[in-house]
Amino acid sequence: MIPSISQPASLRWTYRAYILLFYIFLIAPLAVVATFAFNDSLFPSLPWNGFTLDWFTSDTPQRLGVFSDSAMLESVGVSAFIAFWVTALSIFVATTNAFLFERYDFRFKEFLYMLMLLPLVIPGVILGISILISSNSMANYMDEVFNLEVEFLRPGLVLVILGQFAFITTIATMVIGARLRKMDRSLEEAAYNLGATKTSVLRTITLPYLRPAMIGAGIVAFLMSFENFNTTLMLTSSDSPLTITMFDRLREGSTPELNAVSLLLMIVSGVLALISVFVQKKEDS
Amino acid sequence: MTQNVTAKNSNNSTIIDLETRNVNKHYGDFTAVDDVSLKIEKGSFFSILGPSGCGKTTLLRMIAGFDEPDSGDILIQGSSVLGVPANKRPANMVFQHLALFPMMSVADNVAYGLKQRKVASAEINKRVKNALESVDLGDSGKKKISQLSGGQKQRIAIARCLVLEPKLLLLDEPLGALDLKLREHMKVELKQMQSRVGTTFIYITHDQSEALVMSNKVAVMNNGAFEQVGTPSDLYYHPETSFVAGFVGDANKWQAKVTQVDNVSCTTQVANGPALRGKINGTAPIAVGEKVDVFVRPEAIKIVQSGQTADQNENSLQCTVVDLLFNGANSTALLVDVASGKELHVALPQTGEFIGLQKGEALTISWSQDQTHCFSSKFLHPRADT
Amino acid sequence: MKQHTSIFFWLLLAPFALWLILLVIIPHIDMLGIALREQTAPREYAFSFKNFIEFFTEPLYWRTFMRTAVMSILATALTLLIAFPVSYYIAKMLRGRSKSFLFLLCLIPFWVSELVRTYGWMILLRETGVISNALQWAGLVSGPVELLYNDAAIMVGLVYTSMLFMVVPLVTVLESLDDDIIEASYDLGGNMWTTMRQIVIPHAMPGIVSGCIIVFMMTLGNYLTPNLLGGKDSLWFTEQIYTQFITRFNWELGSAFGILLLLLSSLIVWLGLKLSRQTLTSTMT
Repeated sequence: MIPSISQPASLRWTYRAYILLFYIFLIAPLAVVATFAFNDSLFPSLPWNGFTLDWFTSDTPQRLGVFSDSAMLESVGVSAFIAFWVTALSIFVATTNAFLFERYDFRFKEFLYMLMLLPLVIPGVILGISILISSNSMANYMDEVFNLEVEFLRPGLVLVILGQFAFITTIATMVIGARLRKMDRSLEEAAYNLGATKTSVLRTITLPYLRPAMIGAGIVAFLMSFENFNTTLMLTSSDSPLTITMFDRLREGSTPELNAVSLLLMIVSGVLALISVFVQKKEDS
Repeated sequence: MTQNVTAKNSNNSTIIDLETRNVNKHYGDFTAVDDVSLKIEKGSFFSILGPSGCGKTTLLRMIAGFDEPDSGDILIQGSSVLGVPANKRPANMVFQHLALFPMMSVADNVAYGLKQRKVASAEINKRVKNALESVDLGDSGKKKISQLSGGQKQRIAIARCLVLEPKLLLLDEPLGALDLKLREHMKVELKQMQSRVGTTFIYITHDQSEALVMSNKVAVMNNGAFEQVGTPSDLYYHPETSFVAGFVGDANKWQAKVTQVDNVSCTTQVANGPALRGKINGTAPIAVGEKVDVFVRPEAIKIVQSGQTADQNENSLQCTVVDLLFNGANSTALLVDVASGKELHVALPQTGEFIGLQKGEALTISWSQDQTHCFSSKFLHPRADT
Repeated sequence: MKQHTSIFFWLLLAPFALWLILLVIIPHIDMLGIALREQTAPREYAFSFKNFIEFFTEPLYWRTFMRTAVMSILATALTLLIAFPVSYYIAKMLRGRSKSFLFLLCLIPFWVSELVRTYGWMILLRETGVISNALQWAGLVSGPVELLYNDAAIMVGLVYTSMLFMVVPLVTVLESLDDDIIEASYDLGGNMWTTMRQIVIPHAMPGIVSGCIIVFMMTLGNYLTPNLLGGKDSLWFTEQIYTQFITRFNWELGSAFGILLLLLSSLIVWLGLKLSRQTLTSTMT
């Protein structure tokens, strides 16, 4: 039960074996993806033909490595572009949302807070199609009434950004709002009492206090955007982001190049994850 | 009541650092501060003592500028500060939980107010250094707030305010979070610090010992109004209201009916209990037949040696010992009055002569009529039961 | 600092309102509008329940729908069963460094894209994959076995992908249970079984509910995992939505499907909250 209550050794060891199995289950898919990125074979499967870096660096039509695959690199650029805008927009709106819900009392606040949580419980595919429908009918309306073709309302980068922004903002609001709720209001009063103006209280006390949460939420937002598939699938067009490109390749039949891309993704997200954990640790101290 | 009490011995030559005139504050139907007027002399340590919810925090926040009174006026060194926002008032506050900025170093905390005033940075460094040295933390400037001990945090919170040379330092129960030992120590330290720097301190607390030990003058507050303002010994020996008598120091209390009134004293009859004679206190007149509260302090009661008889002019009771509450210098005996069954606390003398009392032992106690205080119950606040 | 009729209030309300109304509320109203219409002539539409009637009269549609719902509930239950002992182990059996390490190890796989994780399972499970080879090597099977493209594979993928969203709320809620309380239960004569049933599980209920709700929603709305691990016969409802929208271009029917999926998830979440006496806001924060 807990370390201070002794249990039969057999039970203890069964429990430990279970935990071990669980972690094998957790790690196995990632481990095989990483390992086969270095297999000297055209297929990401056994047998093991020896170690190679071809799937990163090679530049022949048969063996196209990640760093030479311009289509793949381009889609990384597209994903980064999308993720940048989604992060910027959602952190901005999440911060204003946090102040709105933590610092003001108004009618229907509970109800509006529930609406704020809504995007979290709407399946990504549905959020995608609903935005697709709405922007499409708006585009059709502009076309019919004003004879204007509004390009950004058709599937493409702008819609992908808006679709991801729609639900990532909720997550970011929860992170930043939780931090603001934890803040001792007397810190602001003390600063004000020591002669600071209200803007300078915001600048020197409140925002620095929120900074770890904003960085953490920013990292989460960036990764969620970079890795999003469901919403993006419904809203994307010719400029496909990385996950869509990888998905298409996967269905065509994959080469270990996909493993190489995946490994790079794992490393980047692992590093970002550690940074965000570190920031959160510092926040608590 | 005593709402127009002002610091008594103020004459024309002393400077009044803070004055409030008929200050009122309501929240809906609730009266938080009820017509409070006071004057505080420059350089004094003034405490506002009262139970939680009595309005003392509201009063302090109005002085600081976080709340505005509904009516009345607040003057700092003679000029009204109504409408002056908190960041422009010459009054700084030490918060209950100190509110030190966790994202800044100790020195940056102390420098904060000076930076807001756009003081030149060389000047800031000098003054911060002096301020830290004055609280014996000269070498802690680079530390993080979380590296300080509880007592050090207190001193930084005070230094952060004093570096701005405010006219008033407001302290909102800052010792509440400390453990007992450290609290006793900080009481002395705060009092000494105040007399060293000479700034007017306004200290609010619900802990009577903090107020009595540190202050030149204490205002006892209850239900939004001042019950009595006076020196600590005034409050203790000459309480003016039933509430003060019950709240400041320990006291045994009876409810009784007046049977006879002299000039300054009266005789009262406790229902099913003794007849007690005592001094008439308070501003409210007392008439025969009226209900009164009768107080006597545990240390005013003598235990009569067996074989002796009680003085005829004193109040006396036959009691049995219920329990001995040993607490070093503050040991008391818990007795029960044989006639009425009421429990009484009696302080045991330091000589230790009664330390051998046994449970169930019968004895006689007595105390002087001068130390028996009677207050009319009529003017009691609803919450003033102790 | 908090007069709520101030200009600041409106400045904070504006981004929230724009985000919520334009990206969440209007798109869903539009989707409902499209679901409730039928094309009568080119560019002519009329109000109709035709799309919903079609759903109930075409067995493929509502069977897929029911199958998705049942599989999602099953996946949620399995995730809870697997995650609970692990969360308990992390929260109550471990201390200090090993605790944070194992918890972190639990989280890190989920910072990696769902696509990569699913790809890992494909490499493990397919005919030429790691497990098939391992079984042959061990002599348990005589030829290659295809473990991919069946319901079990879908289930493994769904459980794997949802694990984090179960473990985090469970660890959080179990950590808040004082060891003293478990010790007291033993001290008063309880055993492992009664302590679990009467102390630990009731205490963990809020975490169990919030974990289950999030996992259920994510599973129901998942597209990637059933699609890649289940192959052509995965019959997942989101795939139907995708097909109607992108391949058949039948937005009316697709929208009706979307509305039905939303209704189903709301209904089951509502039931879950009612049965456990929780609210959505308390579960999400």
